[in-house]
Amino acid sequence: MNVKKRLLDGARMNRAIRRMAIEVVEKNRGIDDLIIVGIRSRGVPIGERMAAEISEMEGKPVPFGILDITLYRDDLTTIAPQPVVKPTKLPEPIDDKVVVLVDDVLYTGRTVRAALDALIDFGRPKVVMLAVLVDRGHRELPIHADVIGKTVPTDANEVIKVKLTETDGDDEVLIMEK
Amino acid sequence: MRTATSSLLTKDLLGIESLTPDEINLILDTAEGFKEVSERPVKKVPALRGQLVINLFMEASTRTRVSFEIAEKRLSADTLNFAASGSSVEKGETLIDTAENLVAMHPDMIVIRHKHPGAAKMLADRLPNVSIINAGDGAHEHPTQALLDAFTIRERLGRLDGIKVSVIGDIAHSRVVRSNIHLLTKMNANVTVAGPPSLIPAGIERMGVRVVHSLDDAIRGADVIMMLRIQLERQGKLSFPSLREYYNTFGLTPERLRIAKRDVIVMHPGPMNRGVEIASDVADGPWSVILEQVTNGVAVRMAVLYLLGGAHAVE
Repeated sequence: MNVKKRLLDGARMNRAIRRMAIEVVEKNRGIDDLIIVGIRSRGVPIGERMAAEISEMEGKPVPFGILDITLYRDDLTTIAPQPVVKPTKLPEPIDDKVVVLVDDVLYTGRTVRAALDALIDFGRPKVVMLAVLVDRGHRELPIHADVIGKTVPTDANEVIKVKLTETDGDDEVLIMEK
Repeated sequence: MRTATSSLLTKDLLGIESLTPDEINLILDTAEGFKEVSERPVKKVPALRGQLVINLFMEASTRTRVSFEIAEKRLSADTLNFAASGSSVEKGETLIDTAENLVAMHPDMIVIRHKHPGAAKMLADRLPNVSIINAGDGAHEHPTQALLDAFTIRERLGRLDGIKVSVIGDIAHSRVVRSNIHLLTKMNANVTVAGPPSLIPAGIERMGVRVVHSLDDAIRGADVIMMLRIQLERQGKLSFPSLREYYNTFGLTPERLRIAKRDVIVMHPGPMNRGVEIASDVADGPWSVILEQVTNGVAVRMAVLYLLGGAHAVE
């Protein structure tokens, strides 16, 4: 795959995540009842950074959790190799809370569908919001993001590669071509 | 038809002997993810929705059958329990006929417990489109028990590599010990077996284990002590003078444990004969992880079912 374009570098990614954190607090009018939940795998570091930004801004910690959606995917039978199932870790009950789901890229919407199903098995949140670093279009389900780092129109043959220091040693977002 | 979508596991789980260390690690890692499912308010995930699993138990079992059934239900599979007693088997139907009749109902997986070694393998060969999971075949293998034992050791001690495990009791009639020896030696643990000479099969050293004939030698230095059940039903008659003498020689008591490592853990695959191979004070004492084994059994069986059943390739 060839790199077609560098969408975000480290500095711009950090600014995007900071702005996403501010938008979450604004939309929620504070951080009461807020829980940030990262979707494995790259939603986790992005969610952690948002939670850290919010905690710093508001001067008190905001709970952070991790959601593994492997068992809820609709393509379990067709993907290979299968991802290894890892635990879901939620810091507290989500009943009547405002849960902000965080993922790296919003594409078909199927991951978010699975995440909503997974989340509902843990309780009944008051509100679920979706925050993504990149929205690349091509939705296959009626799903939208509430908070978006960067919107970018893409072709179906392009791949968005999100690299994060925590998982890939570096911060950047690339558009690749198959 | 299935292809090797899961990349590591084959169609069936017949024993530990044919697994690679990578496959064992995949199952144990996956089980860690599943353990959390049993602690949720809604203890169910949709991974095997719409799949039919038949539990074909041709030999008495409580723990294993219940554990498999819970695992299947937590994965949203449909389950059907078929026991030998009260079924067509009592009317003289052969295992193959029973299985082929069940297959005509399109199950995705069959979990089988049978008194004959190789029963699971025979089904696996005859039924190319059904995943077979061996839940114990005679004195041959009981792979999910070994996997849950390994999971428990790994959870408690953080690793399997280099761990000293002593298996004590009826080595000769035990499928649990065979599967455990295969697994632990593959993962570079050091295995010692101990028991009366009449219950230790000749040549077991060839499986890569050390043999001792005294309980003290087995206890000393061990990180894990695994007690085996004296299988009265498999022996016909006792291979030692009396149960009382067995208890005095090989029964694990708090007094005998005084020479053990301070942080030793005691395991038992169940069901226990209290007062025969293990004293109640040990079974219920601080060393015991016996009930953790039961809890972990569900997670490990979920992982196996998921890795075999979730891997349906649609061509």
